[in-house]
Amino acid sequence: MTYEQATQFAQTWGLVLLAVCFGLAVIYALWPGNKKKFDQAARSPLEEGDDNDRA
Amino acid sequence: MASMSRQRGGLDAWAIGAIIVACSYFALWGAANATDSAFAIQMWTALGAFLLGGALLTGVLGRGPAADPSSRYENGVIKAGVVASMFWGIAGFLVGVIIAAQLAFPNVLYFEEWGWTNFGRLRPLHTSAVIFAFGGNVLIATSFYVVQRTCRARLAGGLWPWFVFWGYQLFIVMAGTGYLLGITQGREYAEPPWYTDLWLTLVWVAYLLVFLGTIWKRQEKHIYVANWFYLAFIVTIAMLHIVNNMAAPVSLSGWFSYSLFSGVQDALTQWWYGHNAVGFFLTAGFLGIMYYFIPKQADRPVYSYRLSIIHFWALIFLYIWAGPHHLHYTALPQWAQTLGATFSIMLWMPSWGGMINGLMTLSGAWDKLRTDPVLRMLVVSVAFYGMSTFEGPVMSIRAVNSLSHYTDWTIGHVHSGALGWVGFVSFGALYCLVPWLWKKKALFSNGLVEWHFWLSTIGIVLYITSMWVAGIMQGLMWRAYNEFGFLEYSFVETVEAMNPYYIIRALGGTLFLLGALIMAYNLWRTATGKEPAHVRTADVPAQAVAAE
Repeated sequence: MTYEQATQFAQTWGLVLLAVCFGLAVIYALWPGNKKKFDQAARSPLEEGDDNDRA
Repeated sequence: MASMSRQRGGLDAWAIGAIIVACSYFALWGAANATDSAFAIQMWTALGAFLLGGALLTGVLGRGPAADPSSRYENGVIKAGVVASMFWGIAGFLVGVIIAAQLAFPNVLYFEEWGWTNFGRLRPLHTSAVIFAFGGNVLIATSFYVVQRTCRARLAGGLWPWFVFWGYQLFIVMAGTGYLLGITQGREYAEPPWYTDLWLTLVWVAYLLVFLGTIWKRQEKHIYVANWFYLAFIVTIAMLHIVNNMAAPVSLSGWFSYSLFSGVQDALTQWWYGHNAVGFFLTAGFLGIMYYFIPKQADRPVYSYRLSIIHFWALIFLYIWAGPHHLHYTALPQWAQTLGATFSIMLWMPSWGGMINGLMTLSGAWDKLRTDPVLRMLVVSVAFYGMSTFEGPVMSIRAVNSLSHYTDWTIGHVHSGALGWVGFVSFGALYCLVPWLWKKKALFSNGLVEWHFWLSTIGIVLYITSMWVAGIMQGLMWRAYNEFGFLEYSFVETVEAMNPYYIIRALGGTLFLLGALIMAYNLWRTATGKEPAHVRTADVPAQAVAAE
């Protein structure tokens, strides 16, 4: 693969690939069905048991 | 250290023992065949450390099966990490004050006979001590604490977390003593030579596996966002470290090596590493601290968990491209420079999104800023995160960079991030951890935390304002022309003009060091004290206050 081919790929399909991956992450974050799970997770540090609790 | 492992003498102990034996042989061989005396000293140091490590391992195994630990979590290695963080923090700040004084009073603090006291050797000692020794120990300790609590699982790997801890300390000692001996690869924030780099790679892989292993056996379905940040930090640092340090040693019994890259590719590799050391070591890792310790200390949920996920992915996707902004007006192609600057400016979004998320986590608990100096420290750290991530993109713009680059403005910028963000968020986390780990109701003294807070804050303000003024003045003097088109000032005139600011900077650093010494005393008294001197109102459950 030459330098030109590498930059050509990076500037087209590479860009599309990364943008789509990021878009998927944003959709995952904003997906209404995930809201309950995230609200629970936001409280995660507050709801841990005592260190001495047995698992 | 009584509860190192539930089962002793397992595969973990044998594997660590094998590593110690193999590395001891190499160190002995290296010391015997050393091509230079500095390498011989390094190998003897390593051999001594491996023998101590072997003795420690044998001692642990000799004590028989581990006593039933008092906690469902592994806390010993985190306690050790807290002590190490405080120790290396003070060492690193002290060296910083020394080199600041060397710049302020160059005639007094120059010792021709003692090469190891030269600024050129002490400066990497300072940067590595504060970033890797202090910051690294804080990150390892807090990540081990957070991953266990948020996964409701005990640390994986038996003795391996201890291997990570002691192996990392050995890396620090080898790197630091190497600098004093004059050993350096000359790569910013990556000065250690090839054998120290290989050792760190081994330790880091063990760290990654311990962390992943703990996540693997978690009792919670969802992986809490702080762990994502820690994981991004561990994985990316592994990648950066390996690529940036690819080098061919001249001899296996000498420290010198040649980089596999050359010219502008080498420069770009270094700053791809250098800027992502900022992005993934000093930012992503410490954001893991923010997302656990601020909600915990404020007793409030994360303001927006959705924002935290977008914060995470935006940071990951953008940061890795920002490095070329360190190479404006160099042989690097201009499109690459522009790409670096563009991504740096885009980083405003996730950085400020994260800052807002951290600050707004206090909604409903703002009053605690008045009563809880530890929480205040954590919150001020997030404010500094916002400030330095605003300043950084501005400086990455080519026109601004033409003024700021190579001047002390850069030094001021780095320290607003390092002292303000990394320092304060670490202090806040350590102030939280000591009472939690040593099972105390509260810190020994909240008054001393107040002293620490104000001394450090004033110290940082003195530091960053003096360096800002010095840097802009320096940049303007460098580019000033007289009416004949000649440079107005000689270089030494610009150095002379900066002297008052160097003195102010050294004073700021001294205040910061003083604050850390107060902190160490406070934490020591907290850990060893029988009864807390004061009970923090923030620590008393709400019902108890209401009942009074």
